[in-house]
Amino acid sequence: MTLTAQPVREELAEFLRARWQDIVRAWSAAAVFGHADPADTEDECAELLTGVAQAIREGAEGDPADEGFSAARSVFGPLVAGVAAGQGGRPDVAALKAPLLRLWSEHDKPADMAADGAVALSTVVDTLRLLLLEMELESSAETIRSQREQLTELSTPVIKLWDGVLAIPLIGTLDSMRSQAATENLLEQIVAQQARVAILDITGVPAVDTMVAQHLLKTAMAARLMGAECIISGIRPQIAQTMVQLGIDLGELATRASLADALGYALHETGMAVVADQHR
Amino acid sequence: MSATSVIELDGVLLVTIQGELTDHDAIALQQDLTTQVAERGARGVLINISALEIVDSFLARTLHEIAGVTSLLAAETVVVGMRPEVAITLVELGLTLNGLRTALSVSDGLSMFGGASIARRAEGA
Repeated sequence: MTLTAQPVREELAEFLRARWQDIVRAWSAAAVFGHADPADTEDECAELLTGVAQAIREGAEGDPADEGFSAARSVFGPLVAGVAAGQGGRPDVAALKAPLLRLWSEHDKPADMAADGAVALSTVVDTLRLLLLEMELESSAETIRSQREQLTELSTPVIKLWDGVLAIPLIGTLDSMRSQAATENLLEQIVAQQARVAILDITGVPAVDTMVAQHLLKTAMAARLMGAECIISGIRPQIAQTMVQLGIDLGELATRASLADALGYALHETGMAVVADQHR
Repeated sequence: MSATSVIELDGVLLVTIQGELTDHDAIALQQDLTTQVAERGARGVLINISALEIVDSFLARTLHEIAGVTSLLAAETVVVGMRPEVAITLVELGLTLNGLRTALSVSDGLSMFGGASIARRAEGA
């Protein structure tokens, strides 16, 4: 992206060299960087300016991927991380533009270069904003990705209630990815623990629609094919009403109101009985 | 039929499928089992598919048919050891194989025939 003519670029480089200290001071005063120590702020401004000068020299002031902006990347990195962690506000890079342009207008230069130079300097600051925005987007996308992974891991623990009796407490809204992970996890555990009965507990599921019902049915069918029986527990009264109104038919699938009832039924199915201790 | 062995155990035909079956193998298995159930007067057929990583719709239908045929010959069929991924795939294909009896392991499957053997012997005696 070489829009700026070679003589203008040389003039800009000369300007940046001549007014280096002024620019660094002006930028530091713009309070874009949240450092307590002014010396740190000046260091960062100087680093940023070095990158900017390089980008302008190479005529790449509009390209955020350019080598010159890697300095800006390292300066912005901690800022973006701070914003993502909820510390400090979003830095406003646009505040760097006004002092830069003011100093440029004071600079002694051939008259025909004033406009082109100002455009180039504006572009460079705009690119910095773009870069910051890109980095923020990347950082938040990364956060979302890692949180989604955590959610998938957290949401599907398979619990052994008794020999041959497993329970999987389903919690939160079941989308297709999470429900698939839950199903796979449960079926693997059925094989690993040779469980005859598996309880799908939906106490933590806020709403049961046709999708969720479909998923529960599929899981139960798959478990049955493997030789295990599925019980659905934790159906709250409102949910039971909704399911009937939606016309959801769970067929022969055993259902119980609470996990305790389901465990009782499961023990009965596996030939166990809970008996009161006579010696107490 | 090289991938399949049939062992008779106390009136139950124990079939272990040891590798992937072609459609041809599946048909041969169905015919072989039908013949053997009739000849030996078996009271049950236990098909162990724990070695199968892939069960296609044809094989699933064949298993279902074997169950239907043997029940006509007074022998119940139990399919044991289906892998989770196979079960999920069959359900996704809509092949829920209703009416087919299943068990987790061979011992679980054999216990489903338990007692009947004694009853039959008593009947015969």
